Amino acid sequence: MRVGFNWFKYSSPQTFFPLAGKVALAFGTVAVFACAFGLYIGFFVAPTDAQQGEAYRIIFIHVPAAWMSMFLYIVMAFWAGLGLAFNTRLSGMMASAIAPTGALFTFIALWTGSLWGKPTWGTWWVWDARLTSELILLFLYFGFMALQAAIDDPRRADKAGAVLALVGVVNIPIIYFSVKWWNTLHQGASVSFTKAPSMATTMFAGMIVMALGFWFYSIATALLRARCIMLERERTTDWAIQYAKGMA
Amino acid sequence: MNWGTLENFLAMGGYATYVWGSYLVTLGVLIAELILLAQRRRRLLGELRARVGAEREVP
Repeated sequence: MRVGFNWFKYSSPQTFFPLAGKVALAFGTVAVFACAFGLYIGFFVAPTDAQQGEAYRIIFIHVPAAWMSMFLYIVMAFWAGLGLAFNTRLSGMMASAIAPTGALFTFIALWTGSLWGKPTWGTWWVWDARLTSELILLFLYFGFMALQAAIDDPRRADKAGAVLALVGVVNIPIIYFSVKWWNTLHQGASVSFTKAPSMATTMFAGMIVMALGFWFYSIATALLRARCIMLERERTTDWAIQYAKGMA
Repeated sequence: MNWGTLENFLAMGGYATYVWGSYLVTLGVLIAELILLAQRRRRLLGELRARVGAEREVP
């Protein structure tokens, strides 16, 4: 007996559209609960930091947002590259759908980092390698969106954006390893794949649950935006018009 | 973590500006993104319906 799932069934906008709606709703719901639980741990379970006092509680959004900013860029570049290689319609739409959410989390990482830097380092901003490469990431997202917006033909916009996205991938390892490669004011990684986290278990738990919440939020909003892009690009097709009429 | 009073919680050990400044702006931009997406979707569906209506009136 062959239990199969036909992935190609969902590679066309018409069939992916309703699926994306359902997944977005489910993931959005999970995101709300995960963030609520993460904030509960962060504010009511995790203890005060011995060195930084309560200022450290920014970590529960700063680190997850910074992770998402890098992760979303890689996912965006993956879809962009897939579209470039196989010329699939949906890939480019997914890449475009992820970019604004990625930019948003990059902004959050920079903003919260600045508000954390002031009380702990005594400055809102320094041009160290970690902060500068993260700022470059924000400009890469903006550049991707601006380039796509500047080209009228969506297929050509996808191709041009894909090249930019793929070239920009080089910045991700630079951000990640910047604290090792250069002498930065930004501290090294508290959490890594190779050693146990150098923080209290409850602090670590709060951070991971918040990261999970941000992850679900990102997928949900990217899918909602992908649905808008599908309707925009397929606005002359029958299914899009039927859907719009059904929503009246 | 027991804060004792609401005042203590809101004061964040003297770091209220930094902690709440981070959390409120984050909450703000996430909600703004959802509102913008909802508006974009509503506008799109409106445009689609308007075009269908216009085609029907002028055969």
